[in-house]
Amino acid sequence: MTALLEIDELTVRLGDRLVVDRVSLGLDAGDRLGLIGASGSGKSITSLAVLGLLPEGAEVTGSIRLGGTELLGRSDRELSAVRGRRVAMVFQEPRTALDPLMRVGKQIAGPLRRHRGLSRADAAAAAVALAVDVGLPDPERLVRAYPHQLSGGQRQRVGLAIALAGEPELLIADEPTTALDVTVQAEILALLDDLVTRRGTALLFITHDLAVVAQVARRIAVMAAGRIREQGLTEQVLRYPADPATQALLAAARATGFPALTRKRTP
Amino acid sequence: MTGVWRSLGGRIGVVLVGLLLLTALVSLFWAPFDPTFIDPRVPWAAPLTGGHLLGTDGSGRDLFSQILVGSRITAFVAATATAMAGVVGVGLAVLAAVPRRAGGLVGQFIDVLVAFPTILTAMILAAVYGGSVWTAVVAIGIGAGVNVARVTRAEMSSVLGTDYVLAGRAAGASTARIVRRHVLPNVAPVLFVQLSLVLALAVLAEAALSYLGYGTPPPTPSWGRMLQELQQFVTVHPLAVIWPGLAITATVLGLSLLGDALREATDPRLRIARTTHAGAHPVPRPEVLP
Amino acid sequence: MTAEEPLLAASGLHRRYRLPRARLFGRAGERHALRGVDLELRAGESLGIVGESGSGKSTLVRLLLALDRPDAGTVSYRGRPVVVGPPRSLRWFRREVQVVLQDPFASLDPRLRVGAIVAEPLECLRVPGDHRARVDEVLAAVELESDTRDRYPHEFSGGQRQRIAIARALAPAPRVLVGDEPLSALDVAVRVQVMDLLESLATDLGLALVLVSHDIGVVARLCQSTAVVHHGEIVEHGPTTQVLDDPSHPYTRRLLAAVPELPVWTDQ
Repeated sequence: MTALLEIDELTVRLGDRLVVDRVSLGLDAGDRLGLIGASGSGKSITSLAVLGLLPEGAEVTGSIRLGGTELLGRSDRELSAVRGRRVAMVFQEPRTALDPLMRVGKQIAGPLRRHRGLSRADAAAAAVALAVDVGLPDPERLVRAYPHQLSGGQRQRVGLAIALAGEPELLIADEPTTALDVTVQAEILALLDDLVTRRGTALLFITHDLAVVAQVARRIAVMAAGRIREQGLTEQVLRYPADPATQALLAAARATGFPALTRKRTP
Repeated sequence: MTGVWRSLGGRIGVVLVGLLLLTALVSLFWAPFDPTFIDPRVPWAAPLTGGHLLGTDGSGRDLFSQILVGSRITAFVAATATAMAGVVGVGLAVLAAVPRRAGGLVGQFIDVLVAFPTILTAMILAAVYGGSVWTAVVAIGIGAGVNVARVTRAEMSSVLGTDYVLAGRAAGASTARIVRRHVLPNVAPVLFVQLSLVLALAVLAEAALSYLGYGTPPPTPSWGRMLQELQQFVTVHPLAVIWPGLAITATVLGLSLLGDALREATDPRLRIARTTHAGAHPVPRPEVLP
Repeated sequence: MTAEEPLLAASGLHRRYRLPRARLFGRAGERHALRGVDLELRAGESLGIVGESGSGKSTLVRLLLALDRPDAGTVSYRGRPVVVGPPRSLRWFRREVQVVLQDPFASLDPRLRVGAIVAEPLECLRVPGDHRARVDEVLAAVELESDTRDRYPHEFSGGQRQRIAIARALAPAPRVLVGDEPLSALDVAVRVQVMDLLESLATDLGLALVLVSHDIGVVARLCQSTAVVHHGEIVEHGPTTQVLDDPSHPYTRRLLAAVPELPVWTDQ
């Protein structure tokens, strides 16, 4: 397994706050890593650092290597060759992640033209094909819709289409289902699983929901107060949690989660 | 308030506005000459001659004294017109934001009035009641007030849609109480920023009205009217007209800078305060708003 | 009133909303948020209302709290009809039924001190007695320090603000507490604490609880009975254990199947 993403001693300071504290993570090509932690644990900032999307005035030290190439310290121009093309991101809030004034088909076609060099006509056709791939119902028609005309789940599908348009090696999903209804969440997670498996894309899945990450990721890293507390195979970490932060997350999840004794019904 | 001092613009604004207030205050007690005193012996005197710091105008009236006393009019009109704009603005905004159906009508009424230029209102008022300080005050008060109403109304609607207002209604609060205790205090920051803008505009508007003859009538000194009187002789005595122009510019600049600094001090802090509260997941909102 | 008579009852509730105009001419479309909802709540009972977005649960909450008028149907409290009207006419109702809203960062007026916020229902509803003492009493009940009353909402965390909201709701000593997704905006760890608090308060004070949530796990923990809302109708209603173990409606089954479950290993 080749190491695709290597984060080494990443430290991020915002103003006088230490948000990310010597974080080291690794992700192999085609593998799935879940980054789990409560709000404010620094997990989103970590993912933004990979894409060089940190706010102005952030102090960053450490190393982030993608396929051997160092990403930290690169200029915006150099990074834009990476964004969308090698690393893409899906965001949490489907309502704000899309341009409200542009039809979704055009938004999907954008990266297709930019990263795959397709002509406008070819990109439009490829956008429809991608819409089919992400399970957008009535793709020919919905591709011409504006974001506000779509439901949350549909918007998130569009977000996935945009992210995968450039055929990236790594997909970062930052709480992609948190704002969705539970039935829609189930659909989107299944879709994500399917897309990532078929394309062999590596997945960095960020969430606060243990039950979700257990479903999605092969390996997980538990983050709290900017530091990685423990990481390893999902079953290993959840079954034999070593760190108190992991134990606390598990306890909370079991207290508010679905009663484990209840058997689920198949629909 | 300390935030205002932090920026250079804010500091300059405070200094300039402070200067205006000081000038107006001083003019109540002292002026080197009576600004209305016509002295045919020293027309168009050069600055720093015969005790005239800035010289005299065509009728021998001391320019410095005119500027000094004129500041009083400027300050008075600006302050009074702004206060009136505040009352008119809040009043109309409440009428537009609070009632369900009638509010929409009031809102459209406001939008129509916004289209009326303040100068036009002043001219109409002057035609009916004659030009005076009060013409300027009322005209600016209404003209600016309507614009204040527009912005404030939007802010009020936003407050009325918040959860804490809903909670207030669930706690049994009457509409009057909600407006008094929840809406007004929460729109106050926006309102004050708007009024700071109005203040700067009021100075400019008063000068413009006086320049056109719809404002302060002679013999009371007014910067706007000074401009109009001295401008006629700019080819022969170019220096004189600069003084009232400078006074107006400095005052408007100061008020604008102060207003900007106030906006910076109040707005972003609210934004930062909201986002640094860790612990909450974004709240999923219902797809369709009733 | 016999023990069997319901405390809060809703019958045949309908609510339609007019959609914004899509065309210049022709009628604007309508959205049927609630289509004939019946509900009953008994003293001391805890009822969970589960629904996803667009199900109509938010509309239902507003109607139950008399914050909105139904197009058809009635809401009644202890047999007396609750008619939406001027605040004065509803004081009797609001003393009995109070609400805790979803967003702890939006439900407290940022310009008022906590003491004033919690005392607001006492003043508006003309509750007799020493308001100051009552505020201290309810703040203690939600496990907040007494100096909380002099501070501002922004000084507190989400969980603490939600406690303040609960204190405000408890101030007039209501018999029914309606929670509109009160835990959804809280961090998972904090959620457990507030959930435990609600549970103990309901028991200690004999409160009837109506908990509206999209989170089945929370409802399962707190509520004896559960109603499932879908497209403006109640598709399932019964004891919680029954609804979870043996749901009859296909939507309920779909909903339950979609909930991600944390695996349990035998050696735990």
